[in-house]
Amino acid sequence: MRWLRSHLVLLLGILVLIYTFVPIAIVVMMSFNKLPSEQSKIYKWNTFTLQNWLHPCADPSMCTALKTSVEIGLLATFGATVLGTLAAFALVRHQFVGRSGTNVLIFLPMAAPEIVMGSSLLALFVAAGFAGQLGFWTILIAHIMFCLSFVIVTVRSRLAGLSDTLEQAAADLYATPQQAFWKVTFPLVFPGILGAALLAFSLSFDDFIITNLNAGTTTTFPMYVWGVSRRTIPMQINVVGTMMLIISVVIVVGGEVRNRRRMRALAGPQPVRPDSVVAAAGARSTAGHLDAV
Amino acid sequence: MSETIRKKGRTGYVLLAPAMLWLALFFLIPFYSLLAASLFNKGGSDFRGYSMVYEWSNYADVLKAYWPQIVRSLVYGGIATLQCLVLGYVLAYAIAFKAGRWKNLMLVLVIAPFFTSFLVRTLSWKLILSDNGVVVNTLQFFHILGPTGHLLYTPFAVVMGLTYNFLPFMVLPLFASIDKIDYRLIEAGGDLYANPVVGFFKVTWPLSLPGVISGTLLTFIPAVGDYINDQLLGSTQTRMIGNTIQALFTEANDYPAAAALSVILMSMIVVLVFMYVKFAGTEDLL
Repeated sequence: MRWLRSHLVLLLGILVLIYTFVPIAIVVMMSFNKLPSEQSKIYKWNTFTLQNWLHPCADPSMCTALKTSVEIGLLATFGATVLGTLAAFALVRHQFVGRSGTNVLIFLPMAAPEIVMGSSLLALFVAAGFAGQLGFWTILIAHIMFCLSFVIVTVRSRLAGLSDTLEQAAADLYATPQQAFWKVTFPLVFPGILGAALLAFSLSFDDFIITNLNAGTTTTFPMYVWGVSRRTIPMQINVVGTMMLIISVVIVVGGEVRNRRRMRALAGPQPVRPDSVVAAAGARSTAGHLDAV
Repeated sequence: MSETIRKKGRTGYVLLAPAMLWLALFFLIPFYSLLAASLFNKGGSDFRGYSMVYEWSNYADVLKAYWPQIVRSLVYGGIATLQCLVLGYVLAYAIAFKAGRWKNLMLVLVIAPFFTSFLVRTLSWKLILSDNGVVVNTLQFFHILGPTGHLLYTPFAVVMGLTYNFLPFMVLPLFASIDKIDYRLIEAGGDLYANPVVGFFKVTWPLSLPGVISGTLLTFIPAVGDYINDQLLGSTQTRMIGNTIQALFTEANDYPAAAALSVILMSMIVVLVFMYVKFAGTEDLL
């Protein structure tokens, strides 16, 4: 009874976590499900099969959509990470006029509902006469736009945690500004940039609302899932869902292991954290804090 | 640690310019287009084009036609946010104070669902809540649900989906806030004979308020504007404002009405954010 009392909160917390994993377990399970022939039983377990994993592209249009999503994801990640990192350096390391206005402009895209952002972008494209040319490039433009703020916030928080004493030391040791930047500053900020890039990719890859409004006839993976959700759902979408989970877990665990090893090498007393990814996801949620860095 | 010196000169502007230009071009100016589109003439269409006639009645018309969807969105979003707050608080508190060496693992598990496709996850709720599924059968067994009752395509399923999908948005800021609390303060409350409940409301809750505020905002805003959960788990009886805007844009091609509804949604959220921040009195938001 006393044990229960002292562990009650933890048990409840674990229950909540289990609840968040129920649908994930179903996704993994259904990736091994044989698609039932009857339309009405579509949401039911049928029989075990490996076919979905062996033939992920049974519906070629799914793989085309997947390819489009990956392409857009990579390009959007690249664009947003470059632009966002530059801006983060400016915010932390440089003086300029209009700081508070800039902060608001960075904050707003994270606070605005997606449907509003998506529809205003569509209104702009229509007004500019691009209504007929909606597709890959308009999706890319939109994705860079909504990933940008998250990248800025993530890199900025990493950069703000670093003092410039090390750079000054490098300068004292006759490093040129370029050498100081590439040998000292950049390696220190890099985990933040990497975390921001991962976050940007996952935001871009998973976006539906803004994409759907600005996609024209181009289909991304979430749009494909949306489309088939009204018809027969190929079980292969669960294979993709499972793969995404596995890949991200590998990245997170890999980061954790690397981190631990580095921390052990430094023998520092710092608590270890799967820093880049948690920090990145945290940026998404703590974006509400507009500290005047 | 010495204070970082901010460099003067043009470099700052050069570094900042591309990102700000992108946001101005594809975020700010579109807002203007949206505002403009919301005042276009009703008779316009894709083919004939629209003309800017300051048609303010667009707003009155959409309010009149779609007020049930607007109210419904606020109610669903509100309930989902409240449920997220309760579930999220328990989880964040457990991770911050009770998890010990499992802290990192639990944090990773909170964000792990983020990485499986949003739509695929939502579709799997369809399976869980389906008429012959475990949940419905159990509820029917205990006579909580009638023999012909279902969960799928009801408001319950929609709110459930919203709660599920936006929970991480609640947990992470709550965790950030609760983790910062000095646990000795809570112990001190206990030493001063506060029972756990009083202690919680006098010590822990007020100290976690910044996290509560950013968490509720970050959950409520996307939940109100969402239309995926409603489209997949709801029915025509549960349509929300997001569905309406999307349908008006992509199916009915009624740009003025869709734009007017978007502007209404955005203004409601701006007003709410300001009221909330003012009421709660936290400076670190905005």
